Amino acid sequence: MKYLLIAAAALAAGAAQAQTVRMGTEGAYPPYNYIDDSGQVAGFERELGDELCKRAELTCEWVTNDWDSIIPNLVSGNYDTIIAGMSITDERDEVIDFTQNYTQPDPSAFLAKAGADVDLTGGVIAAQTGTIQASYVAQSGATLLEFATPEETIGAVRNGEADAVLADRAYLEPIAAEDADLDFVGDDVLIGGGVGMGLRESDTELKEKFNAAIQSMKDDGTLNELITKWEIGATF
Amino acid sequence: MFSYCSDPETLSGLTWLSCYLTTGKHTSLYLSFGTVLLLLAITAPIALVFGFGGASAARSRFVPLSWLGKAYIGIVRGVPDIAFFLFFVIALDQAFEYLRHTIKCPDWDQPIRQGNDFVVCAAAKLPLGDAPQWVHETYGFFLAVLTFSIIFGAFAANVLYGAMQAVPRAQVETAEAYGMTHRQAFWRIMVPQMWVYALPGLSNLWMVLIKATPLLFLLGVEDIVYWARELGGTKTPKFTDYPHGDWRMWYFGALLVFYLLFTKVSEVVLGRIMRRLTHGQATMGGEAQRKAAA
Repeated sequence: MKYLLIAAAALAAGAAQAQTVRMGTEGAYPPYNYIDDSGQVAGFERELGDELCKRAELTCEWVTNDWDSIIPNLVSGNYDTIIAGMSITDERDEVIDFTQNYTQPDPSAFLAKAGADVDLTGGVIAAQTGTIQASYVAQSGATLLEFATPEETIGAVRNGEADAVLADRAYLEPIAAEDADLDFVGDDVLIGGGVGMGLRESDTELKEKFNAAIQSMKDDGTLNELITKWEIGATF
Repeated sequence: MFSYCSDPETLSGLTWLSCYLTTGKHTSLYLSFGTVLLLLAITAPIALVFGFGGASAARSRFVPLSWLGKAYIGIVRGVPDIAFFLFFVIALDQAFEYLRHTIKCPDWDQPIRQGNDFVVCAAAKLPLGDAPQWVHETYGFFLAVLTFSIIFGAFAANVLYGAMQAVPRAQVETAEAYGMTHRQAFWRIMVPQMWVYALPGLSNLWMVLIKATPLLFLLGVEDIVYWARELGGTKTPKFTDYPHGDWRMWYFGALLVFYLLFTKVSEVVLGRIMRRLTHGQATMGGEAQRKAAA
């Protein structure tokens, strides 16, 4: 019995010391986050997150979760952060908290079939469900066609179901570069307040740690290096 | 995997394919087949138990118990699966954590609900925050098993309820005439005979369950459909050594073959069970068997 108690006490002490932070991401939005050939989470946010954890002296673990249930699972405590290219918006800020942004407000762009004449305010525009782009399209007067994954929005343009897709320019650029049939149309639009990490509103301590880590990466220029390396967009 | 895979750009044809199909990502796809099969193997019997419990409760002569059984069947059958998976599982997980919280941290002074957040003490977390990833995955898996069991249990309960009603009244009446109690007549006469009426309905449920596994990813459990979509999606050279176009058709084609084979095997097995259950029953199938043997 005595040994049991000691063992239990040791376990409890161990649990208090090692803080493991679980990082929730989607794993389907290159260059922000994607699953590499070996099946691991990779991309801009993987490198950024690992560096932030190192600076904040936290042990981090990566988990993937469906975009649709990514916020409910955070507030319920199944993981501790969302680091999934999530733009800071007022609607989201009511439910969760954000760190300071680690990218500039990213220009979103329209991608359509090359040479097509697209009516961006009256045509059919595809966007991923629950994104800032989707609410932008819904307000613009165009018909919004929503899909669960980014991949499907591109597919909808390819097969003619949608006239164009609205998504982060950084996501669309490698696709446009690869496929001669697809081209950017219209002007870029600036939506959202940049991408930040999402945390539970009650987790102020963790939020401060990450805020400090992001700030230190902004100050010494390493964040800009990462942004340039992954071609995310404008630097700080 | 193979030594020649180090530089995939120089490869072509079958060698390229052999490297492509053995990446770590593909291994995850192959393993997820195991996840799905394991899920089915565990869920089916538990759902049957839930169903049996629900049906027996609904038939109970003790009125509150009967209400309970009927409410379970009615409510769960009426709620869409996706709503169940989005909200019920999270609520279930929170219920477990709340229970552990009240036991393990009695002197916790902060509220558990803080706005949208659900906050319990670190020791009450399920699984513990510092547990390795596989523990989290196993936990998610068993939550999924439980949820599937509750959903499919409700459908099975309705099937079994109908099957119990379908057993000829004369059979139970005869049992009572022999002096069996209500309980004895239920276990010795009704239950052995009801399966033949239940099996067609249960086999439908099994077929639906086989195809319901993509709901798993809502819980973060990666199933075959998730990996097929992920692997089949367009891959640009920047993010992979094996760029390709939209190959989802091929991956979903492979899944189609898997599902067809699996349902075919299920049909054969269910057909055999049906033949055994029909044996000696006062049904048309039983009559046909008797005539063929004579």
